[in-house]
Amino acid sequence: MSLSLLGQYVMNGAMLGMMYALVAVGFTLFFGVLDVIQFSHSDVLAAGAFAGLLAWAALTALGVASPLALLVAVLLAAVVATAVLGVLVGRYIVLPLKGAPQLNVLLATLMAGTVLRESIRLFYPGGSQPQMFPALLPTRGWDFGAFHLRIDNVILLAAGALMIAGTHLLITRTRLGLAIRAVAQDEETARTMGIDFRRVVLITFALGSALAAFAGVMDGLYYNEVFFGMGLLLGVIGFAAAVLGGLGNLYGAIVGGFLFAALQTIGAVALPFASAYKDVFAFGVVILLMAIRPTGLIGERASERV
Amino acid sequence: MRLAVAALSVTLSLAATAKETVRIAFVGPLTGGNSAIGLGGRNSADLAVRLRDADPKAKYHYELVVLDDECKPDAGVQMATKAGSDRTIVGGVTHYCSVVAMATVDTYHRFGLPAIVWGAVLPDITYANDFKEIHRVNGTMINQNEANAKLVTSQGYKKFAIIHDTTDYGKGHDKYFTQFLKQDGGEIVADFGVTADQQDFTAELTQIKALNPQVLYFGGLTPIGVRIRAQMDKLGLVAQFDGTSGIVNDDFIKALGPLAEGVLAFREGAPAERLPGGKKFLADYKEQGYANPPEAYGPFAYAAAVLLMDAIEKVGPDRKKIIQQLSPAHVKDVDSIVGKITFDEHGQNTVPVITRYVVQDGKWVPWEDSEYAGGKRKLVGR
Repeated sequence: MSLSLLGQYVMNGAMLGMMYALVAVGFTLFFGVLDVIQFSHSDVLAAGAFAGLLAWAALTALGVASPLALLVAVLLAAVVATAVLGVLVGRYIVLPLKGAPQLNVLLATLMAGTVLRESIRLFYPGGSQPQMFPALLPTRGWDFGAFHLRIDNVILLAAGALMIAGTHLLITRTRLGLAIRAVAQDEETARTMGIDFRRVVLITFALGSALAAFAGVMDGLYYNEVFFGMGLLLGVIGFAAAVLGGLGNLYGAIVGGFLFAALQTIGAVALPFASAYKDVFAFGVVILLMAIRPTGLIGERASERV
Repeated sequence: MRLAVAALSVTLSLAATAKETVRIAFVGPLTGGNSAIGLGGRNSADLAVRLRDADPKAKYHYELVVLDDECKPDAGVQMATKAGSDRTIVGGVTHYCSVVAMATVDTYHRFGLPAIVWGAVLPDITYANDFKEIHRVNGTMINQNEANAKLVTSQGYKKFAIIHDTTDYGKGHDKYFTQFLKQDGGEIVADFGVTADQQDFTAELTQIKALNPQVLYFGGLTPIGVRIRAQMDKLGLVAQFDGTSGIVNDDFIKALGPLAEGVLAFREGAPAERLPGGKKFLADYKEQGYANPPEAYGPFAYAAAVLLMDAIEKVGPDRKKIIQQLSPAHVKDVDSIVGKITFDEHGQNTVPVITRYVVQDGKWVPWEDSEYAGGKRKLVGR
């Protein structure tokens, strides 16, 4: 395999890995603060992408043509919509079930996800078919042999890295982050220290969902296409990545996301059988890794959660 | 109009008194999601019967028994049983939905009822059995891919890559396209099966790009077709996109915008006005004042009904003799409104109409009418 071809595979894998990592970070945040699995997370992501698309359609109809203004509007609409959805899910589905078995939360959020997904399909005009997502970033590219490097991909990758770094800083360096970590470690003690538990949980839901919105818009900009069911596989993969890395651990989510993307790429490229089996291969390896390290790749070593 | 109908009904009642009545069945989806096509098919078969009954030279008076298969296999088998067990019904114009047509072949065979499929496209309906009762006037994905391979190779393309989904639909297209392409001298450098809900194709497309094919053939439906075409562009993969009937719809173009330009695709059948006898058919259809349009497969239902009645005219209302009359020995280059009909040993029309489409300015345009065929625009790499 030539170096340029390898470069292309690494780039493809990095884009996928970044999206998976962003989704996985959300799962891990929710699990960190509340010990719950929020399974409608990926459908919140799809809703965010469609909210962004709606904002774009509305603004272009009004005559706005500047790509930068449109991009900002798309991102804002997506982030606000998902943050609100995340808070609603947290407030009305997850928190009321706090005393109930974890399984109930998992089921309730899974169903909420189906409601969201089907709502997009039914209520978005032509929602059952894929929708074109506008290319709002510069699309120039350079060819290095088999490697086609596009500016928009580089921007997306950098922005994704910044988002994750920002989340990390927020959690490790701010008072809010301190509160989130406190709640994650010990709810009772955090309450006695005067932390508004409910507020912290809801902010975490807003934050995690906003990350999903970013992943959704990134997905749209990267593929130029969004689909009501886009969250289905992304959710399963994001969750698998979070578990693989160690649920509740931020670094674990990132490592898990990129590892899964690498496995998929290897499955499609390097293995002698058909690429239809790449997910079978990737998930198979995940099962194997989970059998070897049940608490995740770096879950055990880092004692600090979130 | 009303006068015409009145006159027609007078003729009908006159004819009815003079001739023996023969009953034939129409089976199609009259309720549910595919009912628009079903109703169009029923009206078209009904039109064939009305015109025949108005013809003084016809030996028999025909009556159409209309049955609803709801596009569901179980309902279809019930209706097939109903038609088959009713000895006064001597033949049927049957089914639009492939699953239903597939489920009912055994029933028609068991009852010895000659059936002519008017819309279902799955090859197995005719080819997975040796039942003499089963015939089909419309084409299948086999014919579609034959036309496809012929067009792309005639454009001078030599190196092909294939992506297909791993459903029966995608696998069938992969199989038949590969077969015809090899006959026509094309070379396949890569062939990928993918799941029908896959999002990311960059790994497959990067591999394909390294092999440098001139054409990317895609066997599958709109959602992943859209993704593959869009991601080709992302990776700078320059190749002609060549699709199947699964992408011939407006959603494909809407989701891709300018990237859809120049995409090829093929579909069984043709818009009615483009068929050999289409103009007269549409005029006759309009004159009868049906509430629904004939839709894409109406002309095939019409042609099937005419073929069946022609056979009855020749040999009389006897199931066995009709089957004999519909054998390859007798159905050869028969003129119909959908073009010539020639049955092979499986009762399959071997020369069905296939329409070749290319996207031009955001529309699916028949190849012959396009600027691509005229040379004003060029396919990728030509």
